[in-house]
Amino acid sequence: MSNRASSAGGIVIAALGVAALIGVPYVVELFTLVDVAVYCILSILALSLAFVWGYAGILSFGQSAFFGLGGYAYAMAVINLGESTVPVLAGILVPMIFAALLGYFMIYGRVSDVYLAVITLTVSLILYHLINSTSGPEYTIGRARLGGHNGVPGLPPINVPGNASAPLDYADTFRLSLGALLLVYFTLRAVIASRFGRVLVAIRENELRAELLGYDSRRYKLMAFTLGAGIAGFAGVLFASWGSFIGPSVFGIAFAAQVIVWILVGGLGTLGGAVVGTVLIQYLTTWLGQTKALPAMLGLSKIDPSLVLGIVLILFVLLVPSGILPTLRKLLRSRQAAASA
Amino acid sequence: MSGQILETRGLSKRFGGVPAVDGVDFRLAEGELRCLIGPNGAGKSTFFKMITGQLRPSGGRVLFRGEDVTGEERHLLAKRGIGIKTQVPSLFDGISVRESLYLAARRFHSPREALRIVDGILAETGLHAVAERRVGELAHGQRQWVELGMVLAREPLLMLLDEPTAGMTPDETAHTAALIGKLRQQRAIIVVEHDMQFVRMIAEGVTVFHQGRILMEAPISEVLGDPRVREVYLGAHSERHA
Repeated sequence: MSNRASSAGGIVIAALGVAALIGVPYVVELFTLVDVAVYCILSILALSLAFVWGYAGILSFGQSAFFGLGGYAYAMAVINLGESTVPVLAGILVPMIFAALLGYFMIYGRVSDVYLAVITLTVSLILYHLINSTSGPEYTIGRARLGGHNGVPGLPPINVPGNASAPLDYADTFRLSLGALLLVYFTLRAVIASRFGRVLVAIRENELRAELLGYDSRRYKLMAFTLGAGIAGFAGVLFASWGSFIGPSVFGIAFAAQVIVWILVGGLGTLGGAVVGTVLIQYLTTWLGQTKALPAMLGLSKIDPSLVLGIVLILFVLLVPSGILPTLRKLLRSRQAAASA
Repeated sequence: MSGQILETRGLSKRFGGVPAVDGVDFRLAEGELRCLIGPNGAGKSTFFKMITGQLRPSGGRVLFRGEDVTGEERHLLAKRGIGIKTQVPSLFDGISVRESLYLAARRFHSPREALRIVDGILAETGLHAVAERRVGELAHGQRQWVELGMVLAREPLLMLLDEPTAGMTPDETAHTAALIGKLRQQRAIIVVEHDMQFVRMIAEGVTVFHQGRILMEAPISEVLGDPRVREVYLGAHSERHA
């Protein structure tokens, strides 16, 4: 995309985003507002992987682990402190520190891309089993119980900074989630357009050449990995606050794979694609869980959304391998070229 | 002649016990242009890879401007001023020619200086017409120029050029020879090349590699007339190239 087209697209997205921030709570019902809020939160998680994988070339298969760490860090801190300002920061910093340590050993150890994907997924699964085995009352951090497979329910929502007696309501949570999504999206756009981002793209394209030009690829990749973990952690905080709950399933393989599917469906190497893929797949999953017409038509008692997700992924890999957004852009370019010829 | 910019002492590289480079003692003076020739598998590219940190030597030392840089990381060697154009162009296929050159220049220069360098290289290499195209869309000869341009953009003290004219047209080859002639006034250059016409165009000193060792070092005219070189390197092609 040309710089001018990209800037115009950014202005349109920003304008739509601000309009939605202001107007949507007045025109949609509460249930929809809650749904849209979680789409926004999950889109932030998808953006973190879109950046780490699509621009830094690091396939962090266990990106959802940072989401979970963020959620748990928030849960433990907010239960103990009763006010959300520090817990929100903890939910961002804990995954970042964890990612910096893990990434240091992987990236400075020159672990290859495939093994890096395997290691991140394995770490996520280790956390899954670790958290699952903390059901007993002895597993507490301060006043907060880890809760094992039952998770941590009854979390206080995010409040107005410094004022625990002013928690956000559903409309505020929606505004916070959409605002955070816009903030993360435009921040990542700026990062990618910066010198740091362009070097990351160069490293993704050819790590050897980047190093032969004098760039320390490991430092750049570690910074991107850590930043991505911070964003995923932030999404985890919002998720825990949104549902007043965090559970070990966020560390599970199903959730980890789901994030990968969002990116592949939306289009790797784009930020917008991550949001489109997340919203589309999540909407489809929700709809499949609610509809009775489709199972009845197929003569089934119900449809397993995971099965449908698998079929969707296979169809995309076979028919739209570059994902929705890159395919649409390509079609648009070819139509423009045909029109100007 | 001024001091040594590059020196290797007993430099060796073994792959599973098989020596690719075997105890090479090599010296290059500041501002010198040297061609490395030798048959395929003689160890020339492996030698380059050890100098640029792509391969860790099995033995011996690499000294750059008198400092031991053996086994140093690639980006640190680049920072010292060693640049390489690899045998198979190593490029950023997904980004534009201009941005590739800018990234190369920007590493060690201010934004304004980097832009000046990029404009100069685009003019010098004739890549202006394709500056906004993605590198992956270019023809092989143009890709060679882009890589050469990226190495130049960094303004290295020592340039290693591994078969810089492979796949180029005769005009492009002549242009490359002229460019190297101009570049050698500011920096030391080592060129690995099989094209003897090209070697004749640019080189005075030639080092002949054979089976991982230096067979001889001499002026080009002497090397081409040496029966050992004709036997191990030129062989059946001697009549065509010599």
